[in-house]
Amino acid sequence: MPDNKDKYEQLNQVIAELKDQPGALMPVLQRAQGIFGCVPMDVQKIIAEGLGVTLSEVYGVATFYSQFRLEPNGKYTISVCLGTACYVKGSQKVLDRLSEELKTPVGKTSPDGLFTLNATRCLGACGLAPVMTINDEVYGRLVPDDIPGILAKYREQA
Amino acid sequence: MDIYRAHVLCCGGTGCTSSGSAQLIQRFEEKIKENGLDKEVKVIRTGCFGLCEAGPVVIVYPEGTFYSRVKVDDVDEIVTEHLLKGRKVQHLVYSDHATHEQNANKSLQDINFYKHQHRIALRNCGVIDPENIDEYLAFDGYKALEKALTTMTREQVIEEILKSGLRGRGGGGFPTGLKWKFAAASVADQKYVACNADEGDPGAFMDRSVLEGDPHAVLEAMAIAGYAIGASEGYIYVRAEYPIAVKRLEIAIGQAREYGLLGENIFETGFNFDIKIRLGAGAFVCGEETALMRSIEGKRGEPTPRPPFPAVKGLFAKPTMLNNVETYANVAQIILNGADWFASMGTEKSKGTKVFALGGKINNTGLVEVPMGTPLRTIIYDIGGGIPNGKKFKAVQTGGPSGGCLPAELLDTPVDYDNLIAAGSMMGSGGMIVMDEDNCMVDIARFFLDFTVDESCGKCAPCRIGTRRMLEILERIVNGKGEEGDIEKLENLANTIKATALCGLGQTAPNPVLSTIKFFRHEYEAHIREKKCPAHHCQALLSYVIDPSKCRGCTACARVCPGGAISGEVKNPHVIDPSKCLKCGACIEKCRFGAISKQ
Ligand SMILES: Cc1cc2nc3c(=O)[nH]c(=O)nc-3n(C[C@H](O)[C@H](O)[C@H](O)COP(=O)(O)O)c2cc1C
Ligand code: SF4
Ligand code: SF4
Ligand code: FES
Ligand code: FES
Repeated sequence: MPDNKDKYEQLNQVIAELKDQPGALMPVLQRAQGIFGCVPMDVQKIIAEGLGVTLSEVYGVATFYSQFRLEPNGKYTISVCLGTACYVKGSQKVLDRLSEELKTPVGKTSPDGLFTLNATRCLGACGLAPVMTINDEVYGRLVPDDIPGILAKYREQA
Repeated sequence: MDIYRAHVLCCGGTGCTSSGSAQLIQRFEEKIKENGLDKEVKVIRTGCFGLCEAGPVVIVYPEGTFYSRVKVDDVDEIVTEHLLKGRKVQHLVYSDHATHEQNANKSLQDINFYKHQHRIALRNCGVIDPENIDEYLAFDGYKALEKALTTMTREQVIEEILKSGLRGRGGGGFPTGLKWKFAAASVADQKYVACNADEGDPGAFMDRSVLEGDPHAVLEAMAIAGYAIGASEGYIYVRAEYPIAVKRLEIAIGQAREYGLLGENIFETGFNFDIKIRLGAGAFVCGEETALMRSIEGKRGEPTPRPPFPAVKGLFAKPTMLNNVETYANVAQIILNGADWFASMGTEKSKGTKVFALGGKINNTGLVEVPMGTPLRTIIYDIGGGIPNGKKFKAVQTGGPSGGCLPAELLDTPVDYDNLIAAGSMMGSGGMIVMDEDNCMVDIARFFLDFTVDESCGKCAPCRIGTRRMLEILERIVNGKGEEGDIEKLENLANTIKATALCGLGQTAPNPVLSTIKFFRHEYEAHIREKKCPAHHCQALLSYVIDPSKCRGCTACARVCPGGAISGEVKNPHVIDPSKCLKCGACIEKCRFGAISKQ
């Protein structure tokens, strides 16, 4: 896989670039996730070796923060806001409907590998509550009945 | 600088960007060029105006005409009518929720939403282009840093902040000057200044708006703090979920370095100071100061016991002074206008202003900055425009997962650190969520506990295990399985956790439960004893019933019911079989005679 080899080269470059700055582990993990889409074990091993820390330290950090994923996401990542402003305006119902339509529990990827369903906290668009994002697209003032139509749009373009 | 006869300010805050302001800006630029106005009219992308609910927001100066919910297709009309012919586009002008007044001749300051506000921390948000340092400089930018470096001693700077009465806006309310004094007193070869931009309270976005709308204000204040405590390096710890804020900070730091306002020998005084950005990775506990420092060090963000306090041993084991974004946003103004000016605003022990993110069941959702001591009622009704859809106010939540819910009887409470604590809540970082009669207070308590259980770092047992036990009890209650004695169990657990948890997260986690028990005990009791949810919110406690006197037997409900729960002859009253009902609510929407209700 020439494509993947390229990614590992990028990772090594990132490690070389950041290795000497204090507290490099987090920024390296963040950049690694940017390159690979997630930080699986083999990537963690390379980071541990590159930074001269133990694998358990890398693993400990990668699993502590909810931002890091050990497995790749689906093509579309859906994040429904469960911040207080959205919750009091019914975002739980939106999330429930998505879970039902996708037959996927929160935090998991749909059987067809297309959608990953997440709950997040405040996206900073509380004025539009309830809010969700699909990749970089923001949807506001949602009601559960909006969901089938929105999903259909993505299924079509997939 | 070029002189323009008109300026079009488009909001580029997160709220408005989400509702499409980027396309709007592009369209304005195209249309203005097309009409040959590009030498006369300038388009500026600003930070948040505060009234995000009305977004995307556009303001046209010199008139100060306030257009709201502007769509891409409206741009042509604004350009050809307003900018070309000088005729305001009446139907796009913002209309006041409370008064339904739509008056194009009103300027921003006359709109109810802004009339009661006093903007210090947000002074430049929605006013300047945050990606252009020249605009910040034109509004007295970096003058406070110059004044501090060239005319004040370190002690004088600290004294000024101390005298102003400024207290930390991140939640704790610790006197900022005192914190600076402690850090200044520590002796070390290296010290750090840090900025907490982790903004963990879900449903709050004050800090984000400051960073997006006026990033230099934070950089300038950090440099002043660096001078005062004797630090040459600063770190900003910002949530990764805030990409626009991060980008603007990066641009701002780059520009400040270019202008020699960060870096070496600032204002030729021999003072060196530079700032680095570190991204969080989605852990609420990292807003806690010791956890934040562990996270910057690249470790798991678990709190560590204090003492040692960060002022003695903080980041990389060096003395560190951490303040919140909004705290910093006040600093330059205090140095420029003096401590007395700042202390003239607010209440006896809480000086200046506070920014709140007003949200939930309220007409004007958005950011408001008011003098300390402003009553809750003024914020919710005069500024916020009250509750939508004719519903009744039930509670206002402040302080996020560490705070509490206050009922209508306490609406006249003046908002400051001490009054809110006395009332049973707390200031927190500034989230203010309004709830109406449809919100169930037991479920809200469950919602916050769910949050803390999720976010507990797991290091200490009272928080890790205790909050989970509380959540289990609350889940039981909202599912109709509450038992006599549950309220007392919750109270006992709450008091134990408060007394024994290691960090602020655990110590304050029970607050939402305690305050809802205190003010809405009857709702808990109704769930437990009568198995009813007074707000008709909790699914398990709802039953759908058809009123036979209103039912015409049209069969509309029976046809839509996915559970096959509705039976009855045509033209005869129908009934719902509760054992088959899925509580989906579809029947209520279908019934044209209002015969079906939730009970
Ligand atoms: C669990 C927890 C979360 C916190 N989250 C934040 C936060 O998101 N932002 C913030 O500024 N302070 C937060 N704080 C308060 C910080 O620990 C610290 O007191 C504050 O950043 C100091 O700045 P200030 O004195 O300017 O308020 C949090 C505290 C706790 C215990
Ligand atoms: S109180 Fe909770 S978040 Fe704080 S240290 Fe203990 S387990 Fe971690
Ligand atoms: S709430 Fe839903 S399941 Fe229950 S009776 Fe009405 S339509 Fe049928
Ligand atoms: S609470 Fe959902 S965007 Fe803020
Ligand atoms: S984001 Fe535009 S007004 Fe708040």
